[in-house]
This record gives sequence, C-alpha cells and structure tokens, in this order.
Amino acid sequence: MKAASAALAVSGLLFSTAAWSHGDDDPLLTKMMFDQHEWRRATGSDSGALVWQANAWLGRDRDKLWLKAEGERVEGITEEAELQLRYSRAVAPFWDAQLGWRADLGPGPERHWLAAGLRGLAPYWFDTDLALFADADGRTVLCLEAEYELLFTQRLILSPDLEVNVYSQDDRATGAGSGLSDVEFGLRLRYEIRREFAPYVGLVGWRKFGDSANFARQQGERSDDLQWVIGVRAWF
Amino acid sequence: MNPGFSRSRRRFVTGLAAGAGALWAGRLLGATPVLAPARTGNRFDLSIGYQPVNFTGKERLATTIDGSLPGPVLHWREGDRVRIRVTNRLAEDTSIHWHGLVLPAAMDGVPGISFPGIAPGASFEYDFEVRQSGTYWYHSHSGFQEQTGHYGALVIHPREPDSFACPRDHVVLLSDWMDADPAAVYARLKKQSHYDNYGQRTVGDLWREIRDRGVAATWRERAMWNRMRMSDSDLSDVSGHTYTYLMNGQPPAAGWTGLFAPGEQVRLRFINASAMTYFDVRIPGLRMRVIAADGQPVEPVTVDDFRIGVAETYDVIVEPAADTAYSLFAQAIDRSGYALGTLTPHPELSAVVPALDPRPVLSHADMGMAGGHTGHGAAPGHASANPGEMNHAAMNHAAMNHAGMDHAGMDHAGHAMAAPTMGSGGAGFGSAAPVVHPASEFGPQVDMRAEAPAYRLDDPGVGLRELARRGRRVLTYADLRHRHGTVDPREPEREIQLHLTGNMGRYQWAFDGIRHADAAPLPFRYGERLRITLVNDTMMHHPIHLHGMWSDLETGDGARIPRKHTLSVAPGARVSYLVSVDATGSWAFHCHLLYHMPGMMRTVQVIGGGA
Repeated sequence: MKAASAALAVSGLLFSTAAWSHGDDDPLLTKMMFDQHEWRRATGSDSGALVWQANAWLGRDRDKLWLKAEGERVEGITEEAELQLRYSRAVAPFWDAQLGWRADLGPGPERHWLAAGLRGLAPYWFDTDLALFADADGRTVLCLEAEYELLFTQRLILSPDLEVNVYSQDDRATGAGSGLSDVEFGLRLRYEIRREFAPYVGLVGWRKFGDSANFARQQGERSDDLQWVIGVRAWF
Repeated sequence: MNPGFSRSRRRFVTGLAAGAGALWAGRLLGATPVLAPARTGNRFDLSIGYQPVNFTGKERLATTIDGSLPGPVLHWREGDRVRIRVTNRLAEDTSIHWHGLVLPAAMDGVPGISFPGIAPGASFEYDFEVRQSGTYWYHSHSGFQEQTGHYGALVIHPREPDSFACPRDHVVLLSDWMDADPAAVYARLKKQSHYDNYGQRTVGDLWREIRDRGVAATWRERAMWNRMRMSDSDLSDVSGHTYTYLMNGQPPAAGWTGLFAPGEQVRLRFINASAMTYFDVRIPGLRMRVIAADGQPVEPVTVDDFRIGVAETYDVIVEPAADTAYSLFAQAIDRSGYALGTLTPHPELSAVVPALDPRPVLSHADMGMAGGHTGHGAAPGHASANPGEMNHAAMNHAAMNHAGMDHAGMDHAGHAMAAPTMGSGGAGFGSAAPVVHPASEFGPQVDMRAEAPAYRLDDPGVGLRELARRGRRVLTYADLRHRHGTVDPREPEREIQLHLTGNMGRYQWAFDGIRHADAAPLPFRYGERLRITLVNDTMMHHPIHLHGMWSDLETGDGARIPRKHTLSVAPGARVSYLVSVDATGSWAFHCHLLYHMPGMMRTVQVIGGGA
C-alpha cells in the first residue's frame, strides 16, 4: 500500500494538470479517489478497524491506467489487502473495458489473479464494476460492485452500495467457499463540504454464504455482521 | 435572491463593491482593475500583460489588455485602414482575434491557422481595411487566456450616417470571471463533469413530482432520463458556483452604471464575451428595441427579454422616459448568478435588483425528441442513448416531422406564410436533406444522438418558454430579419451536415464525433454558396462561430436572411445557414464555449480563389 501510494504521489507530481500544452483537448490527467476511508468496530472484537477503498487513474480520454486498492487494518495489523492494476479503455459511451492483475496480500496465503472487468455507469445511474478474476490454479471469482446516489440536498447524499463475490471452487486457505460466497451492503450518508471532500456516517452489513460461512464458523468467526462506520470520501 | 444563500456565498456570487473590496482585502492594490478609456482612431498600440485583480475578495492575476479588464473599447470607422500593434508582455504566446470581422486570413489572429501567434516579448502588427460597421469584440485565441480577462469591445461606426444614432450609446460587455486556473477547471470537468451543477434533482423534487403527477407519470418521465443517464438540470458546465459574472468588468456588488437623461434614446451594445455563460437579459420597466444582431442591421423588433449566446452581440435601443433608475439584469441560463448594471439619470440613484428566475429544467424537445417544444405536446418519445437502439426508421421519422407537424409548433414559418416552410430546401428555408447520423458518431465519445432534431427558430428556449407563455415578448432567431434584405440571394449549391456531439460524463466534444486533432480540414470552394446544417446531438447549447465569412441564418424568410457570425444551436435542435465563400485561406470554425473549443473545432480550408 505504502509503495503504491508513493508511486501515485510521484506520478501525480509528474503529470500535474498544468503540464499540458495549449489547444490540447485531451490532456494527460490523474485522479485519486478515496471512495471509502472509514473506521468501524472490528468484527468479533472491541477494537477499531480502519477500512479503505481507493482508486486512482492516470491517462487520457480513451486509455487509462487504473489502480484499485482495498484493505483493512486492526490494531496496526493488516487484516486484508487487495491491490489491482488495470489497463482501461473506453469502449462505449458509458463503459470502460479493463484488463489487469489483482493481488490479495492479506495475512493468509497470497493470491494473484488475472483481472478482466467492465466499469461504468449502468442505466438508471448505477455506478458499476463487474470483474472476473482467474488464477494459475484454475480458481475464478466473479465480483460485482454497484453504487447509487440519492440526493437529499445538493450536498447531503445517501449512497447505497452492494458488493457480491461468487467463487468457482472452495479455497479453504483463504476461507472462500464456492458459489455465492459473500455479500456486503453499505449505506453511507455524506455531506459534500466541497465536491472533493465529504465526511460520512453509515451502516455496513455483510454476510457469508455456503462454504464461506461454514469455514468462518469452523474458525470460530462470525459469518455476518452489521457495523456503524464513520469516514471521509475525498478525491483530487 | 435565494434565501438559503450564506453570506460568504453571497459575496462570492455578487462580488465586491470596488471600495469595500479594497478594504476587505486589507489593501488597495487588489481592487478591480482600472478601466482604460475608450480609444478612437486607426492606429493603436495594445500591450498584453498580467494585472492583479480582486473580484471576490481574493487577489488573482488576470490577463489584460493595457491593464484593463475588459480591454479598452476600440472605436473604428468603416472604410478605414486600421493598424494595431500588439505587444506580448506575458510569459507565453498570445494573440488577438477580431471576432466577426471580414478580413484577410493572415490578420484573423488564430495561432496555428492564421499566423504563428505572438511570442513573449514580441510584437505583431495587424493591418487591414475595415469593411463593415456595428458592434463586435476582440479576444485572445491562445489557450484559455480569454477566460482570464483577455477580451474587449469593438465599435465600428458606419461611413454613412447611422439612422439609429442615439444621443447615448453604451457598450454593455458581459463576461464570466473565475478565481480558479482555467486549465485546472478543464481537468476538473474531465474528472467530474457535474462538479458545478448544484441544481440536480433531489429526493424532494421526486416527491413533489409524484404528488403532483402520480407515480406512473413520474416513473415514465424519470425512466427516460435515467435510462439515458442524462440530467435534465445540466444547463451549464461551469456555473455561478465558480463564476462571478461581470458587466463591463464590474461584479454585481460594484455594478456598472450607465447614464441617461429622461426622454433620451439610449443605444446599448450588448456583447457576450463570456467563456462559457449564456445570459438572459432584461431591463425591468423598459422594453428593448433590437436593431442589430452580431453587428448587422435587423428590422427593429421590440422585446422584453433576450437570450445572448457566448460571442453573440445585440444592439438594442431603450427610451427611459421617467426620471428613475433601471437595472440591467443579465441572469445566467442556469440561474446560478447574474451580471448587473444600472441605467440611471443620476449616479447616486440605484434601482431594485430583480430576483433570479426559477432554475429551468430541460424538456423532451431539448433532447431532440419528437413532440414539439411549446410544452403542450410532450409526447412520451424514446431517445436513442445506446448505439444499438439507433434505427433509420426513427431518423426518417425525424426528417418528415418538418412537413407534417405544424400542430406541434415547429413550423413557425407556416404561421406567417402560406409556403414554403422551414426544411423545404430553398435559400432561407433550411435543408430538405434527411438528418443522417454519420458512422463516426457511434462510439464511446458520443453519449446521445437527437432523434428528431427540429428547426426550432421560434422557440424562446429552455427557461424562457414559460415567460413567453405568460405573455412576455422573448426574442427568438425567427425574429431576425435583415433590415436591408438578403445580401446574397443565390440558392445553395452544396450542403454540409455537421453534428455537434459530445460525451458529457467523459467531457469530450467534437463535430461528428471526431475531435479537431483527428479531423482533416473541412474544404470550402471559393465562390460557392454553401449551406451548413448543424444538428445538435447534445443537451447543451453550442454557439458555433465561423471565422472570415458571414453565416446567413435561415429563418424561413428568403427575402430578409439575417447575417451573423455566431449561431447558437439549442439542445436537440438543428440550424441551417448559408455561407458565401468569398474569402481565401484557412479559417477556424468552432464552438465558442471555451472548454468545448479544443475538441469541437475544424480548420476550414478554402480551395481556389488564388490562395
């Protein structure tokens, strides 16, 4: 994560918006988004957890390099970390096709995946990221993320989101069971002090299904939880 | 004024009064710039430099002409040979384009097309004969300099005595100032295109709509917009959230003041020198007699309100009889702010500032769907948001509308005359050719195509239709008739259909889906009478400006075709105009919204004519 952040910071400096020449309708730009950067009570304990989900891109209208990072830290220990690097190309008015690599770098065994995805805005304004991951051992995962926005005012925005993971086979080492493995639902209410900076409060619920739930119970862990969150959403 | 405005927001929107601004900033240096006096003659020296300004409480560096924002009003005389020496004291290249002037290509001032530009420290002498009269303007054609203050008014006095000469004659130049760096704002639009839209639909709006219209009707209406992923509140890419609107370089709190004596005729020369803002202009208590559009004489038409697109000019005459002050009120099309001035018999007398009108929303007609624009026939159409949904039946249907849809109010010409009507193909009556979306319009760079783009010249437009319905007289393009008759009565020999395209979310703009950088030059043939039809496949207004040659707007009157230099194409509408290709060389042809221009542009190359 640290290395990735540093790399992004450097590329941000190198390709600042002022560097492009006049008359160019398609300058090289960068964007960094901390969609979620929040504190929760860690599942099954009283300690707090820091959870993040961030994106960054570097590129032009058609082609971009995407970086996607997700993770969780509890008491200074990284419980979960996922990093993705995707080449992204605009293929339809509202859709980008993406191809790249994903690494699961949590405390368990590392997993490396080939990633193929479709990212964009579905009809009815659903911000969508659908991706298929395959690893060298023949495992595949289908992941769907979708987010919606409801405006109470021009600045007070309720944002429900959903993440669903479906695995092709059991992966006991990482606790993933085949079929519908887990679903996470979030409801975050943010206030945009500026468009770029919005603190929020929210409620996040998740549940494991099938063998994923069984593996969790065998480990003495919970297979579902409902947590309050507080965080900030920021981009630049 | 919106009661929810905070004090700081109010100050931002209305700007600072000149004196209070200096006090507030705690220094005198940061006051708004001194306005240079107008210049008359045929030899000018202009210097482009940086100048500290303070319109919002924050000091910023503007790009100014002779330290003035706007630059000095230049008074020329028709028939004179003018020489203007422009010296660049900036750290980057600059230029001056004389907007709307017919002159040799090398004098047009577009870097990369007419000349190389003026390097830092260098000078360039413009030298040409003035072959027209009226109200025009001049501005930088380099980068985003125009946004930072590099513009000014141009008044060309006619050789023959002016039948509309008035004892009072004021230039009213409207512009949009931002404290932010324009390149950063352009980047911001690419990252989040709705950044400045603080008029988006809320849960409350949805609730009110359900209450008023029922669930079923609301669902049908919302579903159309939501399937297309378009926002009906998308009126301005950059709004009063970022801009402070200026009248003759004064923010609303300071307010420009024009004097008159009661009973006098006052000529007001409105120029929209904004980078991105359309204004709706009114003077409560006074009717305005429009006598010229884009510098060219039109048959006088008396109106209560007019919309002025970016880069357009309108000359109006008012006759304030009473010994009282009047507000010159120019509200931004999205009602996010206004430019303000006062017309007064005494400098100390001020007028009541009108409230902003309610923020308008776009209708089906604004998306180029069938059903008419007057609001009484909003048919539940189906727009084509996705490439797969496009079909030729829909397009032919669109082309046939013009002949068969008088009842929808599209065929305004039909009301006035028996025949012919708009879309019948004769000079002055628009193209009879079907609207065909070219293959290059299908791709990630284009997010919609108008299904039934109509000639809506008599449409007051979004936000003004309500006023017209309530009995106010709103100027439309259908009102513009050349005062001295059609200048070139030839029938068009050739037609070009160009589609104005965009992807709002990705913030990409182009003609026919092909941006300027990827497009071959557009050939014109010297001597031809050419028809250009512009089809607006977006939800925004686009003011399209052809350099070097007049754009003769087809309004449905072949005898009095008005001449313009900038044509505003309403969302989902089409516009046709005739061009007498009487210039040689290469010319710029583009959307005059500053952040659309880099993409939505073509280089016109005139073939023949000895160049």
